[in-house]
Amino acid sequence: MSNRAFAPVALAVALALAAASQLVTNEYFFTAGYTVLLFVILATAWNILGGYTGYVNFGSAAFFAIGAYTTVALYNAFKAPLPVTIVAGTAVAGLAGLGLGYLTLRLRGVFFAIASLALAVVLYVFVVNWDFVGGARGAYILQPREVPFGMPRYIHLIYSVQLLMVALALVVARAIEHSTLGRGLAAIRDDELAAECSGVPTLRLKIFSAMASCALMGMAGTTFPYYLSYIEPSSAFSLSYAVNSIAMPLIGGMMSWIGPLIGAVLLGTVQQLVQVTVSSAWNLLIVGVLLVLFVTLAPNGIMGWVEAWRRRRER
Amino acid sequence: MEIPTALLVNAIIAGLLLGGFYAAVSVGVSISFGMLDVVNIAHPAFIILGSYIAYIVNDRFGFDPIAVSLVLSPLFFLLGMALYRVYYLSFEKRGQESLRGLAFFFGILFITEVALVLIFGVDYRMVSTRYSDVTWRAGVADFPMRLAVPFLVSVAMVLGVQLLLTRTFFGRAVLAVAQDQLALRLMGVNPVRVKELAFGLSIATAGVAGAFLIVIQPVQPAIGREFIGLAFAVCVLGGMGSILGTLLGAFVLGIAESFTSTFFGPSWAPAVSFGLLLATLAFRPSGLLGR
Amino acid sequence: MAEALLEVRGVTKRFGGFTALESVDFTVRPGERVGLIGPNGSGKSTLVNCIAGTLRNEEGSIRFEGQDIGRHPAHKRIRLGLARSFQIPKPFASMTVLDNLCVPLLYAARKHERLPRSRVVEEATHILKQVGLADRAQAMSGGLTQVDMRKLELARAMAAKPKLLISDEAMAGLSASEVDDILALLFGLKEQGVAVIMIEHVMRAVMKFSERIAVLVAGRKIADGDPQAVAGNAEVVKAYLGE
Repeated sequence: MSNRAFAPVALAVALALAAASQLVTNEYFFTAGYTVLLFVILATAWNILGGYTGYVNFGSAAFFAIGAYTTVALYNAFKAPLPVTIVAGTAVAGLAGLGLGYLTLRLRGVFFAIASLALAVVLYVFVVNWDFVGGARGAYILQPREVPFGMPRYIHLIYSVQLLMVALALVVARAIEHSTLGRGLAAIRDDELAAECSGVPTLRLKIFSAMASCALMGMAGTTFPYYLSYIEPSSAFSLSYAVNSIAMPLIGGMMSWIGPLIGAVLLGTVQQLVQVTVSSAWNLLIVGVLLVLFVTLAPNGIMGWVEAWRRRRER
Repeated sequence: MEIPTALLVNAIIAGLLLGGFYAAVSVGVSISFGMLDVVNIAHPAFIILGSYIAYIVNDRFGFDPIAVSLVLSPLFFLLGMALYRVYYLSFEKRGQESLRGLAFFFGILFITEVALVLIFGVDYRMVSTRYSDVTWRAGVADFPMRLAVPFLVSVAMVLGVQLLLTRTFFGRAVLAVAQDQLALRLMGVNPVRVKELAFGLSIATAGVAGAFLIVIQPVQPAIGREFIGLAFAVCVLGGMGSILGTLLGAFVLGIAESFTSTFFGPSWAPAVSFGLLLATLAFRPSGLLGR
Repeated sequence: MAEALLEVRGVTKRFGGFTALESVDFTVRPGERVGLIGPNGSGKSTLVNCIAGTLRNEEGSIRFEGQDIGRHPAHKRIRLGLARSFQIPKPFASMTVLDNLCVPLLYAARKHERLPRSRVVEEATHILKQVGLADRAQAMSGGLTQVDMRKLELARAMAAKPKLLISDEAMAGLSASEVDDILALLFGLKEQGVAVIMIEHVMRAVMKFSERIAVLVAGRKIADGDPQAVAGNAEVVKAYLGE
């Protein structure tokens, strides 16, 4: 299926799912579903720089939080509506990714990884000290009383918006993967020096990849303040985002756009179900263990198994 | 604006004392990353582990945490060796170090932090030693013992590592493995074994540094993450693979942080290491004493 | 006399206290076949890296088609027509043999020669036929035999449509018939008017292939000229065999 065909299909599926979800009466479905969709976007976004290009980003939480706090800042300043804050949050996160990439991607991958982690720490300190967005005490976002499209509650709208964002993220990831750009990124991932000597402008492509990846992560965060009508730094910068955005693509498979989708839906759903019975710390521990097990024993993830099985059948 | 002398002097002293501690935190990374080219970002996890073990022993038996950590360091050494084995077999051998190795160590860091939260909770833990509240005064200068004692042991440890690396056969094998593995093999030395031992040494220093940490300040599991940037900043600033460079870099960072803390507020301290790291990488990537 | 295609003047490269290249002059004319030889550690790979742009020389200049390329990053130099293969093959392991060639075809081709994507696969297949890898087109590039990997390295360099191709020890460790395979491949480039710098230790191949031979010893060029003359040069013999 070409990119031109995929985009409308993805959009149609997203709209269909959004419409179908209006029939669900269990409210918990929406809160849990929103979280899983959030992770799908984060995993897909992370994989653009991670799986496609080979550069590990430990600071997913930072870019997610940038999206979230841009929404808060614009809401506090101008009572900006959701569409505006989504665009703004995505743009600011993209710029941050561009900046971080520009500073550190000319160096070895490990320095980018460490810088991304350090960015998360620094940004956290910054937000905690910034009273305009609530600082450590947090900020309240009032959900509009009138829910557009005749939906019963605001969370339904957030859920639907997130579905559309998932469609967008998948379209972008797939488009990159199948384009000339994607080939260049794959070459960089496989052997950066050989890629450079094959004519690939490695620095330029890496920076673009970082920018796209971070922008999408920010996009995922722009609706977060509306999720609970309240946001505070430790939840926005939660460790869960950092580890899940790496574990999900790894477990699903890092080579294509399907892997992060599978990994996020599987792992995300399991975590949502398990969360009611087990504490969040145990939850995170299991994710961490899965990450280590998969990266050591099954580095190509679930899609890797599928590919291997398919190759074996072909013989 | 007049800066009071006492404030200035004490900012410098605190910076130096802290710097000694930072050297202990970073010397392990100088070995694992600087010499062995292993990106062990889980290094702080072992520091925190060391802190908690020191805390447990201190809490139950009242022994001095630093003494305990030195006694228990062989355990950390063995742990380090085992970890390297896994890393080598899973990644280095297959040439997958960059992406997957990083993800692996991140997983280890993460698991350690969450496991500690599960066992100990998120509350801060501290130790009490005979010298925790003692401060030695010399004129306007304050030397808090809780900073000074770790400083002394730390500097001794770092210099000890330097001597080990430059004067012993094992040490020189480690320096050699960083430069020419083939030559080592031709001499009948197994480079993998040398790396394993060196990595064990790196983790052992982490365990001891953990004891220093909990003497200096209360700890909780999440603190580890803050030290990654610091450890790598110190190593890069000092020059990769140079132990004395690490010591120097640690002092520079310590003083920079101390000044930032004193004049701009303590919450900005983590930004200092980040900033110094970026500045070094931008302007002098080989560091102060690097090759 | 034809204008020099590649002109290396006074290039010096240091690594800390160690001088790998000392004031090296080196010229290649269009379509010329030059051999570059020297004992291990003499600086041949360092020179290649400086020319290709993966290392920066401290002193001296490098001109390609009259243009100073000293500041150009490697990806820009290959777009100007300067390709190189790697001594230890560096395939894009997650891609098939065919896809490996698509990367330089998509990125290194000069603007006026850029192919529409539909023709890229066709062109890649054509090049694979030239090097004798057509039947391995769909194989994963990570699992090839040594000689096939060397061929892929050269094929990838050829896919960049270069005016000058640097072959870095493509024959090392190969059997006699495999060496002949690679040699035939390199001779094939002559038909296309591509200049070749051949770096090798396999002397019979160098003697057979080169119109001219340059010799590097300990970072300095000690001989440069007719192959027979260079082979008989006392200093060259001494460098290789010792006293």
